[in-house]
Amino acid sequence: MSTGIGARVKRKEDKRFITGKGKYTDDVRSENQAYAAFVRSPHAHAKIKGIDKSAALAMEGVIDVLDGHQLTGDGIGNIICGWAITSKDGSAMNMGAWSALATEKVRYVGDAAAVVIAETQALARIAAEAVEVDYEVLPAVSNAKKALADGAPEIHDNAPGNLIYDWEIGEEAATDAALSEAAHVTEMEITNNRLSPNPMEPRSAVATYDAAEEHYTLYTTSQNPHVARLVLSAFYQVAPEHKLRVIAPDVGGGFGSKIYIYPEEITCLWASMKTNRSVKWTSDRSEAFITDAHGRDHISTAKMGFDADGRITGFKVDTIANFGAYMSLFSSAVPTYLYATLLSGQYDIQNIHCNVRAVYTNTVPVDAYRGAGRPEACYLIERMMETAAREMGKDPSELRRANFVREFPHQTPVIMAYDAGDFDANLDQAREAADVAGFPARKEEAAKRGKLRGLGYSSYIEACGIAPSAAVGSLGAGVGLWESAEVRVNPVGTIEILTGSHSHGQGHETTFAQIVAERFSIPIENVSIVHGDTDKVQFGMGTYGSRSGAVGMSAIVKAMDKVEAKVRKIAAHVLEASEDDIVIEGGEVKVKGTDKAMGWHEVGLSAYTAHNLPPDMEPGLKESAFYDPANFTFPAGAYICEVEVDPETGVTEIVRFTASDDFGTIINPMIVEGQVHGGIAQGIGQAMLEQVVYDDDGQLITGSYMDYTMPRAADLPFYDVHHASTICPNNPLGMKGCGEAGAIGSPPAVINAITDAIGSNTLAMPATPHAVWSALQAAQ
Amino acid sequence: MTKISMNVNGKAVSRDVPDETLLSDYLREHLRLTGTHVGCDTSQCGACVVHVNGRAVKSCSALAASLEGAEVTTIEGIAQNGELHPMQQAFTDHHGLQCGFCTPGMIMTGVDMVNRYKAEGRDLTTDAIRHELEGNICRCTGYHNIVRAVEDAAAKM
Repeated sequence: MSTGIGARVKRKEDKRFITGKGKYTDDVRSENQAYAAFVRSPHAHAKIKGIDKSAALAMEGVIDVLDGHQLTGDGIGNIICGWAITSKDGSAMNMGAWSALATEKVRYVGDAAAVVIAETQALARIAAEAVEVDYEVLPAVSNAKKALADGAPEIHDNAPGNLIYDWEIGEEAATDAALSEAAHVTEMEITNNRLSPNPMEPRSAVATYDAAEEHYTLYTTSQNPHVARLVLSAFYQVAPEHKLRVIAPDVGGGFGSKIYIYPEEITCLWASMKTNRSVKWTSDRSEAFITDAHGRDHISTAKMGFDADGRITGFKVDTIANFGAYMSLFSSAVPTYLYATLLSGQYDIQNIHCNVRAVYTNTVPVDAYRGAGRPEACYLIERMMETAAREMGKDPSELRRANFVREFPHQTPVIMAYDAGDFDANLDQAREAADVAGFPARKEEAAKRGKLRGLGYSSYIEACGIAPSAAVGSLGAGVGLWESAEVRVNPVGTIEILTGSHSHGQGHETTFAQIVAERFSIPIENVSIVHGDTDKVQFGMGTYGSRSGAVGMSAIVKAMDKVEAKVRKIAAHVLEASEDDIVIEGGEVKVKGTDKAMGWHEVGLSAYTAHNLPPDMEPGLKESAFYDPANFTFPAGAYICEVEVDPETGVTEIVRFTASDDFGTIINPMIVEGQVHGGIAQGIGQAMLEQVVYDDDGQLITGSYMDYTMPRAADLPFYDVHHASTICPNNPLGMKGCGEAGAIGSPPAVINAITDAIGSNTLAMPATPHAVWSALQAAQ
Repeated sequence: MTKISMNVNGKAVSRDVPDETLLSDYLREHLRLTGTHVGCDTSQCGACVVHVNGRAVKSCSALAASLEGAEVTTIEGIAQNGELHPMQQAFTDHHGLQCGFCTPGMIMTGVDMVNRYKAEGRDLTTDAIRHELEGNICRCTGYHNIVRAVEDAAAKM
């Protein structure tokens, strides 16, 4: 059976997970382990007037109680946002100071003021309760609109009016003119609900300081251990890079929330040095709700203008983005370059303008969550398109077709240049698979049973493969977004691939091995993937933004090119042939058209014995490469959701969900379909179930699985997933990325279906039974 | 401290543990059987499911001290003589796992559900599987392939 590109190879990594042998951070235990528990603010906004540690310090088994003044006193730097956004008036963004342990003020419920280090986890937690923090409670604000209002409590001294930046993209005057001349204008206010990412593995850190070597080791739940090391070294001054090893072993899901370097990892590293003990911290779920970065939370107003033929003439958007109490690592990029640059959707729109105000509130910091900006853009556009079609009495799929981009490359007015796609093909495929033609009959049949049936579309596009380093640098990014790889052919011919990508569910150990096994014609069992350890892999930018295929695999291909070039030289020398006549196939390196051949392993052995190499060739067979992408990639597709609503209760069932995606080249369809399933599930969760709720005082109402509705198996359908692909012209494998598409494309399809069923367009996410029932009552 | 003895995965074990020790901690911290995971603190996520005296139990919600003498089976104990259990095999065959964190609980719940339905002579439909998975949360797979895996394993068990 083929294991090459396109084969449904079962996952190599599964065996350890299904037998309980996975090694996650909380499974790591050092000798003489100590444990950390954080003293967290119960108030959303308060001054710290004093901390009384005496009762906790007096408890047997408590090693130390450390606070923010000690941390900053030791030179540990503030947590930073790594992407500089400039306001439209030319001013820099107003980044407030964020210390890993608060010193003067706490700014959200969960903000840590101190940490207890103790002999057991239970003891640390009990002692944390005994630390007395004297708070002077201040007025708080949790809603972004209210935070911008006159008289709102100010959260950071250097952010007047809680405004972080006021940014714009596109031509406002031209867009206004287009809207004023439009034959029809659709106007909506749209909220993108705040979510908690909730990877099933809670975050965890085990930090160990070696005093003799002045060296730190950190096991942590990270999607990008090298970025963690860079930031911990360069900005937080925990240790220089060569004195800090970061290991992200098996990581139980991330969805963006494990990109960032949080206060807890910094504190554990520092506390390990302070106490000369290995310090371990593992979040419980309640702690995760008040410390893991949240996602989304946009309030937007939008106007879309159309000419008499239904062609979009202008699109104007005003968005307020809630950033929470501090600016997390990539927070600033999410509602700007990952959001507003996608507002052209799949459509040829000449005039777009978007204004974004980023706002501090007394809530958990908000950052990228699966899709990061692109779900917000897609939801806005696709709700607008469906609504406009209804207002103008047009078929929603025909209105989309009237505006599809069909010539590539296509330069949008908001930076992005789409390189390839066939949006009609995705819509055609989805409509056929969803049996749209049969929908009226199904609707009629449902009506006989007293149910309201609705159908909704979403034609999404997103930007992945982030990103060309020079491009993101010019837009304010503090890092380059290339990827690295090293291909090590061993003397016996087996291969290790060292990659800067990090797998936390994506199946890299299988898909990366597939492209290597195919390229060198060796069994996939003979390829292993090494990742997640800064001591093993030289550098890498990690896994997020669906970049491991388009960027990470491209780096592997580039390194394999170098290996192949050397293999050809060695074989040509040994077999006394021309390099051009060397072919690699069937486990051998052959001279084309002859019976002269070397086994693959013999080439490896030749490289390492170095008894008979071409003159001037170095021994060994190991090559590395850095790949910097030439462009973003643009996965796209069409999703169709069909629902049935019970008008008596508002209970909504998704009866059919059809996806047609264009991901470019697909390495392993089984894994890609799994990514789509999971993405759609998270999108349905956003559309129907999930919502982080704060009260007006900044208290988190949805702080556990008792209150925050995670999608369960019975909430979700089977998904009908198809592919109609165009090849990405900008990377060697033609890949676009598949990790986020489901979460980006599905929410508008669901809400468009429900609003179609109930005949009301006034419905916000999450469309709970109560919300649907209320909307239905209001419409009647 | 209390001395707690159990039979775990066919082996007699005994440990002195603090009175408040949960079964999940007894397994993870004292026996170092780290395949059983803890993903929440409200008994909702099911990553910690093990079998106690033949029934699925959330080990994060059971005191070890209440289980003196119990027969406990964890994810590490269901493969026999190097042969994967049909439920384990089905999860890999159907790509029923991604990050793997919820997987041990899913598999233990799956085994228990199939055993119960078979014992009661009931038909384990896909709707029934989804209903039975109420207490197990997965964030990666969207459940599609988990349901298919349980369905397949049920046919082979």
